[in-house]
Amino acid sequence: MSGAEGSPTARPLARRALLWAPLGLAAAGGIGFWAMLRGMKDGSYDPRGVPSALLGKPAPRLALPPLEGVETPGFQPEALATGGPVLVNFWASWCVPCVIEHPQLMALQARGVRLLGVNYKDKAPEAGRFLRQHGNPFSALVVDAEGRAGIDYGLYGVPETYLVDGGGIVRWRWAGPMTPDTVSAELEPLLRRHA
Amino acid sequence: MRALLLALMLVPSLALAVGRPSEMLPDPAQEARAEAIGRELRCMVCQNQSIEDSEADLARDLRRLVRERVSSGESDEAVVNHIHDRYGDFVLLRPPFNWVTAPLWALPVLALLGGGLGIVLTRRRSALRAGPAPLSPEERARLASLEREP
Repeated sequence: MSGAEGSPTARPLARRALLWAPLGLAAAGGIGFWAMLRGMKDGSYDPRGVPSALLGKPAPRLALPPLEGVETPGFQPEALATGGPVLVNFWASWCVPCVIEHPQLMALQARGVRLLGVNYKDKAPEAGRFLRQHGNPFSALVVDAEGRAGIDYGLYGVPETYLVDGGGIVRWRWAGPMTPDTVSAELEPLLRRHA
Repeated sequence: MRALLLALMLVPSLALAVGRPSEMLPDPAQEARAEAIGRELRCMVCQNQSIEDSEADLARDLRRLVRERVSSGESDEAVVNHIHDRYGDFVLLRPPFNWVTAPLWALPVLALLGGGLGIVLTRRRSALRAGPAPLSPEERARLASLEREP
């Protein structure tokens, strides 16, 4: 009581503003949360998205055997630095999102992008069947049966795609299936820059 | 019955994924080291579990990798660095101190300073406000007249 009456210095305006502060805070939180949810929905915000530790570093060597039962040749570790950009794509026949991604890989290959496939923890006959059924976009294919190459790349799971520039440096990583939007918004500018 | 349920709830759930003897190293000292390393590493698929606690495939692969490297005689630091190089800071459940993580580590200190500042400011303000305002001459005259009355 004495506080309110006894101090002519108390600014009623500041006090009234203080009264609204909790409401303002809650509103700001709500807006932030809404923006986060919206970002998650349209894919611009990924709470699990952590940039790859490999960005700007040489792509790990892939000294792996070719995939049995398909004509696509294997490749040597040197194939990662041949002067032009290549996409290293980890995939598996048991991976459902890989089916979603496959049309984008086919389209990239049709445009002349070099795709190096790493068949991850798969069985060769099933991998071959997958490629016969959905098409084979890879110019070369190797097999990572144990998932060790995946760990060398810091792989979370399949599908996962790395853009390696002509000098063999990792420039981009996409965890999960690439959609047509991913390709046009993220990958194409990088392909042009590193062409 | 209720006591039994309560007892069951109080028992910590020791759901360590590395319960399978096939995964463990034969040397108990090395196995203990591998487990200690694994508890510091995040399972990137489940994210809030360590690779020792997780049943995910990737966690199992990383557990195996840690054990291979431990049994080949690498130091704890070398094993952690091997995985850190590939998965970045996020794989470490205890983030290292660097420019990117500095705000993270500074947050408790900043919160403490902010709270302290708030306390100091409010105390200073209430100290200013503490005593009643001095009486005006009219009030003093009125008080004197009241005191004079019997």
